Amino acid sequence: MGIIKAFKLGFDYLKYDEDGNVQDTQRAVDDVNLDIEAGEFVAILGHNGSGKSTLAKHMNALLLPSEGTLWIDDMDTAREPELWKIRQKAGMVFQNPDNQIIGTIVEEDVGFGPENMGIPTENIWRRVDDSLKKVGMTAYRHHSPNKLSGGQKQRVAIAGVVAMQPQCIVLDEPTAMLDPNGRREVLEAVRELNRQEKVTVILITHYMEEVIHADRVYVMDSGKVVMQGTPREIFSQVETLKEYRLDVPQVTLLAHELKKSGADVPDGILTTEELVNALCRSN
Amino acid sequence: MMRDITIGQYYPADSLLHALDPRTKLIGTICFIVSVFLFHTFPGYGVATLFLGLLILLSRVPVKFMFKGLKAVFMILMITVVFNVLLTPGEILWKWGILRITKEGLVLAGTMAIRLTYLVIGSSIMTLTTTPNQLTDGMERLLRPLNKIHVPVHDIAMIMSIALRFIPILMEETDKIMKAQIARGADFENGNIIQRAKNMVPLLVPLFISAFRRANDLAMAMEARCYHGGDHRTQMKPLVYRSRDFAAMGALAVYLGIAVMFRVMGW
Repeated sequence: MGIIKAFKLGFDYLKYDEDGNVQDTQRAVDDVNLDIEAGEFVAILGHNGSGKSTLAKHMNALLLPSEGTLWIDDMDTAREPELWKIRQKAGMVFQNPDNQIIGTIVEEDVGFGPENMGIPTENIWRRVDDSLKKVGMTAYRHHSPNKLSGGQKQRVAIAGVVAMQPQCIVLDEPTAMLDPNGRREVLEAVRELNRQEKVTVILITHYMEEVIHADRVYVMDSGKVVMQGTPREIFSQVETLKEYRLDVPQVTLLAHELKKSGADVPDGILTTEELVNALCRSN
Repeated sequence: MMRDITIGQYYPADSLLHALDPRTKLIGTICFIVSVFLFHTFPGYGVATLFLGLLILLSRVPVKFMFKGLKAVFMILMITVVFNVLLTPGEILWKWGILRITKEGLVLAGTMAIRLTYLVIGSSIMTLTTTPNQLTDGMERLLRPLNKIHVPVHDIAMIMSIALRFIPILMEETDKIMKAQIARGADFENGNIIQRAKNMVPLLVPLFISAFRRANDLAMAMEARCYHGGDHRTQMKPLVYRSRDFAAMGALAVYLGIAVMFRVMGW
């Protein structure tokens, strides 16, 4: 069994009227089944309102399922006594870098998680040093977070999660508010963590370019998982992706159009190099 | 216009006062304030002045920063002095219509002025040499006994430090909203006070909404990082009294002793 497993997971957002009665329910996650192995890099794709962020919040027990069950490392997230263990196992990075940094100095923010877990002081320092090094922010440890760029802030946030030594990290659109440079920095850091530290990564995004290096991709639409597979499998279905209002990377689109007009290129081209190679071969 | 406001006026320097534990500085400030009220004669104030001068020297903070804090209370100071001079009964030195100046009035006004000034400078020394975070930490530790009577000391300290972290962010946001409103023809500069206050409404509403949204996000981020109040929490930078703190406490005790002696002897 994988580290994250969901069985028939469903979640309703409830809307209450003035008397506190349920007025309206809105299905945000519907019948989702997941099985994510330890050490995997999984991407969850979907346009706005597809339920991907709601799903992410379940993995940290910030939201509890209305239906079905979600297990993190064999612990049912709905069980109250395991709550803090689950949150420690599955760290979470959010979209807005400003709203998730608590400390007024970078290193203090990174230490916030371990402090909450009751780690002895010397160990906190070791963890903080370690995690700052892993995301390449050691040089900024005494800075105020307000003076950092978006990408740097997001790396501090990742360090803050890494310091809790989680087995998996859930990143909820971590690059949505960043410029291209910041986006690259953050993705680099995440991929490094996945490769070097064998941390399971669940990257939630609507940028297709970011999922190319994932081991597995889930595509969500109106609360349901509608496609899953390797990035290559997913990107070879350009027409289906368009239906779900997702844009494939430019190269993939170009290869797809070339193929439609008769060129001899395979499906699911992911990088420029691949396309160049395929075109050269076909000549 | 908003950029100039800073809460906490920390002046970074490498001095003995900066290195002291924030608890020592908090206690020291309270002792100094008490001493200012214990002294009631001019030789007494001389001793307080000496002590204050010594602190300023030790802090290595330029003197002009010390007096910056006085600007804020200047009006209060002036009003106190004027009223005390004019309204204290006693031996009349000068009289014009209903206005009169008495000897007692002058003495009282002088005393009040000295006390107020020293209060402000004394606490400025603390805020200038201590980062806001150290201050909240120090207060949390000093007030911890209040936990016994169910005062949520840790939570209050956490609220204070988060507020400090978000002040610059909200300032920036205010600036942004203001510019957006000005671009659409809002006027924040002209009109009388009431009109200007009214013009602030379109600024405050979006600011409040965004502040609440941020608070919500932050609460979630804190929970995701296992925050569950002050119980079972360890500290990355625990406060520890060092020998210099004990030395400072000793010096304080001597100073306070002198103040008490002045009072008892009536000097």
